[in-house]
Amino acid sequence: MKIKKCAKKLLLKNGTILDPLAGKEYKGDVLVENGKIAAVGKISTKDANVIDCSGLIITHGFCDLHVHFREPGREDKETLETGSRAALAGGFTRVCAMPNTDPPIDSPESVRFIVEKADACPIHIHPIGAATKGQLGKELTEMSGMAEEGSVAFSDDGLPIMDGGVMRRVLEYGGMLDLPIINHAEDVCLRNDGVMNEGRTSTRLGLPGNPVEAEGVMVHRDLELAKLTGAKLHVPHISTATAVKNVSEMKKQYENISAEVTPHHLFFIDDDLKEFDTNLKVAPPIRSQSDRKELIKGFKNGTIDCIATDHAPHTIEDKEATFDMAAFGMIGLESCLGATLNVLVEEESLDLMTVIKALTVNPREIMGFETDIFAEKTPAELTIFDPKESWEFSKNDIFSKSCNSPFVGRKLTGRVKYTIVKNQIALI
Amino acid sequence: MSLHHRHLLGLEGYPAEDIQTIIDTAFTFREVLDRPIKKVPSLQGKTIVNLFFENSTRTRISFELAQKRLSADTVNFSASTSSLKKGESFKDTVQNIEAMKIDACVMRHPTPGAPLRLTEYVDAVVINAGDGTHEHPTQAILDMTSLQKKFGYLKGLKVGIIGDISHSRVALSNIYGLITMGAEVTLCGPATLIPPHIEELGVKINYNLDDVIEWADALNVLRIQMERMGISLFPSVREYRSLFGITTERLANHKKEIIIMHPGPINRGVEIESAVADGDQAIILDQVLNGVASRMAILYLLLGGKAES
Repeated sequence: MKIKKCAKKLLLKNGTILDPLAGKEYKGDVLVENGKIAAVGKISTKDANVIDCSGLIITHGFCDLHVHFREPGREDKETLETGSRAALAGGFTRVCAMPNTDPPIDSPESVRFIVEKADACPIHIHPIGAATKGQLGKELTEMSGMAEEGSVAFSDDGLPIMDGGVMRRVLEYGGMLDLPIINHAEDVCLRNDGVMNEGRTSTRLGLPGNPVEAEGVMVHRDLELAKLTGAKLHVPHISTATAVKNVSEMKKQYENISAEVTPHHLFFIDDDLKEFDTNLKVAPPIRSQSDRKELIKGFKNGTIDCIATDHAPHTIEDKEATFDMAAFGMIGLESCLGATLNVLVEEESLDLMTVIKALTVNPREIMGFETDIFAEKTPAELTIFDPKESWEFSKNDIFSKSCNSPFVGRKLTGRVKYTIVKNQIALI
Repeated sequence: MSLHHRHLLGLEGYPAEDIQTIIDTAFTFREVLDRPIKKVPSLQGKTIVNLFFENSTRTRISFELAQKRLSADTVNFSASTSSLKKGESFKDTVQNIEAMKIDACVMRHPTPGAPLRLTEYVDAVVINAGDGTHEHPTQAILDMTSLQKKFGYLKGLKVGIIGDISHSRVALSNIYGLITMGAEVTLCGPATLIPPHIEELGVKINYNLDDVIEWADALNVLRIQMERMGISLFPSVREYRSLFGITTERLANHKKEIIIMHPGPINRGVEIESAVADGDQAIILDQVLNGVASRMAILYLLLGGKAES
């Protein structure tokens, strides 16, 4: 991957413009001048630097609501800088970073640390602040002060807020600020020491199972509390049929609800763990084929709003451990588009527009970010990709500091070619 | 006479003909063990390391004895799990041992899947001596050897497995092995100690021990670990004993004389009454001797030993 400054006048020529906000797809060009959108349509200009985009899609830069960039504390796994490179490789121009760092991002000062460091990074990184001090699930953080410093949402991600009373207060207080609350929805008592989906495969492998109900009951509780308090609730990495059903039911009664799904929950099933591949050890766990099918259905019918990677880098030592000791999580930025298109477009014949909306307009709407990316004078945030290219994901395609990806060696469909953001262009 | 797989990691998907080959070979070695001089030169010059990442007395001694009876050179490695929290040290440890030119590794480890990982790190033949709550294939083979010796057949045999199924590698390997060999298996124990979806492996569940005794030809009684009480998996020893304890009184209510097995170590007075463990129906000590013979058979077949004269 090469990252360089955009030419003063950059013409993206002969591409297919996919405008997920307008819901339109047409042949055309995009002119970027001084890093800003100058024109979209049929453009003829002489003195521009031209990139031939024939056969490629030009669309909004992808936006990921769920990444772990590990800074501060575990810079051996990822930094804001290396995470940004992984994002660029995956076509992401904007990400929201979870606060479960060491120490956690649970004060206005620590939010400011991320914002200042992110400023020098090649993509836009928004911190999500912790909902409770030290992510301990007990005392509220200074959400207002954190919001002023740039926190765009609140979450104790990785650690579920088990106490329903605390969750209610988090929603009430966060609701006052009109920012989304995100709870890692797993009942930790039901999850117990589960390291994979509870089912036939966990029993066969002798591994402690995490039942689908651990997610189902927690999502149900959070939805009820969101309705009670009137807060915005965003359900992260939804993994079960029950949770999809719960979200779908609640959306009929209450509108401030959104949900995300990860590419890995769409792509893999628990049977894939039969070789004890620790890269497939994630939280919530990879579920059964029937859950996976319901996630796809939930995505198709709009119950699930967006795709988020839950990019979670870990060192080789952390993953080369025996299954019980291995860390939870996988990286996902670089493989996101290929994995998602492979499942939803190639296998499920869903239209490209719906999928791209879930990577662009929808996540931006949830967070209240600018969604009219093709409007004139908007700082260019563009992703250019080949929707058809079939390729095998390899270690060479990873730009994260960590390489814990079960997608290595897998066939993916659709590949990012260029990512434009902050007046720079990344050639992938 | 050879087996389809280079390693013995578990009995899931293990071919019936290979299980039969091991059992038949075990019978041959049982005869050797009854001789005045119990040693054969089959594995002379082979080096086997016993890697025990978890405490074990009987399995380790059984393997060691089997190796010595076959004239192999053996090295023992034991590590407390506390000093091996990280997988990297697991990898380092086994690679160090591999560097010493080993022909086979017999490994016990607290984590499911650890023997499979081991096959990626070493060239040696790997034999699983128990991986957490996953499999314990050599125990299941010795159990089947004992059953075949007693009954003369496995196909159609009715076996009840009693007790803590959830935390038992012995149960899982026995289920895979017995089902493959055409036996019928019923599990019996507290619902909190029976893993979900286990019926999908082809077994039945019955919470009524008397029904199971009436039905079965043999019972494999598993050890109840007292520490399970602390996490509320069953309320008390008294209640466990009254629902699932094997007592002479209970057995006397049934006309048919069934066989009682136990992988050891026994909690006398909990899952099994002393009088039953020491009684005529129990073949517990016979299992121990068959254990040595079965492990000799496995080592011999996997390490390509010279045919015994």
